[in-house]
Amino acid sequence: MPPPDQGNGVGSTATTMKITGADLLRTLLERQGITTVAGIPGGAILPFYDALHGSAVRHVLSRHEQGAGFIAQGMARVTGRAAVCLATSGPGATNLITALADARLDSVPLVAITGQVSQSLIGTDAFQEVDTYGLTLPVTKHNFLVRHPAELLEIVPLAFRLAESGRPGPVAIDVPKDVQCAAVEVDRWPEPGGAAPAAPCPDESIDALCQLLFETERPVLYLGGGVIASGASELARALAHRASAPVVSTLMALGALPPEDPLHLGMLGMHAAKGTNLLLEEVDLLVAIGARFDDRATGLVREFCPRATIVHIDADPAEIGKIKPAFLGLVGDAAGILRRVLDRLPARSRPAWTARAAALRSAYPLHHPPRAAEPLHPVNLCRFLGEILPPDTVVTTDVGQHQMWVAQAYPVRRPRTLLTSGGLGTMGFGLPAAIGAALALVEAGAAAPGGPRVVCVSGDGSLLMNIQELATLAELGLPVAVLVFNNGQLGLVRQQQQLFYRERYSASRFSAAPDFAALARAFGLRGARIDPEHRPLAALAEALASPGPCVIDIPIHGRANVLPMVPPGAANRQMIAEPASAHA
Amino acid sequence: MSDKLPGSDSGGPPPPAGRAVLQLRVRNHPGTMSHITGLFARRAFNLEAIACAPVGDGTSSTVLLLLDGEPRPDQVERQLAKLYDVLEVRHRPDLAPRFLERLAGILGGAEP
Repeated sequence: MPPPDQGNGVGSTATTMKITGADLLRTLLERQGITTVAGIPGGAILPFYDALHGSAVRHVLSRHEQGAGFIAQGMARVTGRAAVCLATSGPGATNLITALADARLDSVPLVAITGQVSQSLIGTDAFQEVDTYGLTLPVTKHNFLVRHPAELLEIVPLAFRLAESGRPGPVAIDVPKDVQCAAVEVDRWPEPGGAAPAAPCPDESIDALCQLLFETERPVLYLGGGVIASGASELARALAHRASAPVVSTLMALGALPPEDPLHLGMLGMHAAKGTNLLLEEVDLLVAIGARFDDRATGLVREFCPRATIVHIDADPAEIGKIKPAFLGLVGDAAGILRRVLDRLPARSRPAWTARAAALRSAYPLHHPPRAAEPLHPVNLCRFLGEILPPDTVVTTDVGQHQMWVAQAYPVRRPRTLLTSGGLGTMGFGLPAAIGAALALVEAGAAAPGGPRVVCVSGDGSLLMNIQELATLAELGLPVAVLVFNNGQLGLVRQQQQLFYRERYSASRFSAAPDFAALARAFGLRGARIDPEHRPLAALAEALASPGPCVIDIPIHGRANVLPMVPPGAANRQMIAEPASAHA
Repeated sequence: MSDKLPGSDSGGPPPPAGRAVLQLRVRNHPGTMSHITGLFARRAFNLEAIACAPVGDGTSSTVLLLLDGEPRPDQVERQLAKLYDVLEVRHRPDLAPRFLERLAGILGGAEP
């Protein structure tokens, strides 16, 4: 974390040195403490890649720029610090955009550096020229087009500060080739940029929240990803117990409270347990912490928590009242705010209310066949993974049914151990994010030498969207196991067509499928296919116990659905709870 | 920074939808207007008119925005305040009619 000493401390009056923009950019990244970057070189960023040659910064060569973006996301989501991805101009930059948009919606700190054609060529439709500034503008927290190498001295630390401060997010820096090549005189080095402390919210707001928490009868804490981002998980748990307030979590907040906590009712919204959504009908005080009232969480907004006074704690002032008017808004860092609340709030027990929550939790368990009858039912599979994987295992997912089964049934016990594309819902996220997570864990010395510590749960649809990163994984030999929940379909699309489009299956079923185990071997990885008829869970445990990266293909039933489900646009209480098909 | 952050209170009813003029002080560089106007398209805010001119030494500019029939003016204000290049957001209730008339007059007069 401390920047490497370049022999030019902040404010030092060392001799002026003349270096290129590319060398300056690399040195500024080194001073930020960046040790690993992911990217792909190309014409307009070659000077910077030349500057990386021989540098202590490790470059991870992805096989597609989107992979580089998600590798950086994996690093950032595990560490909470901004990670760096690189791409050249034109298609390199456009390929990064999905990963940037994904980081924006999930508030992940990233710094994306793109090469651009030389300034004399900008606007001429030059080879590999695209308006990267314009394209990244709506999908980043902020973006820069560098016009002179000296600007890097201000822009690079600022980019890291913006990425990590307040509500984190991606920042893009577009660097024309001539800026990388031009020489610039540097006589002092700027301070590295990092998270700036948030302004404290007023005491009156803290007091008002304490009063509400003490005086209302049926409070619930509604946790979002901001709780994990601000490191407030333990504080949120302490607050729940102090106030006897049940807790619901968004997909992004899973891991803030362990599923075993008696006050935790798991995920709310579209694929919540029915009891969780029903509890929210009765709430008289909803305290949203780092959550943004996303439609997948709220269902029909006007019917969401209809009896509740709403308090909203968020780092982003624009989130307060954006979707649902808040009676009280507290802008700031969730950890700081919760700490102040805990300093003042007297304990209060609410036996009837917590008993009501517990009763609703046990009244509506997930429907699934017993393990003995169907060991590879996805719910059984996720529960089994929860039993055999150590609790600090980082699990990444792709997007679709498997993602929701993980959210419903895999016990996420610690913050930052579930990495998933929540807001953008990007298929193809899981594998490169797992690579990035493993890079960060190995660098921190936290990955076990004996076996996989990062597990990517994917589907046969999602995995193909960034399958080329298996080559990156093979090259790096990282402890990543990819589990393919293989149903031969775009399962969540098929499910919606079954439930809401009169079983007209339009383009949701694959008529040809690759042999994923053979595909893994072709990339130089271990590949295994689980035989459903022959001790499948034992075979899965064995495959996971072997060291090194691997792909494990797990056939699952083609008619299994994610239930319960709130139909899109409906109120959360209108859940389809029972299996709709003959298959349980 | 704190001067651009709207208050944390969001109690009470939202202001009525109607015409409102916002005045922004922004960093004067080529991307700023894209950030501002992009926000309006992206979040489907109702923007009726916009004017921009550099002020002082030219490092910052003043932008006037006319909102028309915008049901969420407070949300517009907060989203604008979030932009790094926007240094200050304030209401100009005094300005609405004059600003419109002048702008329309100038543009009308420029027609061939």
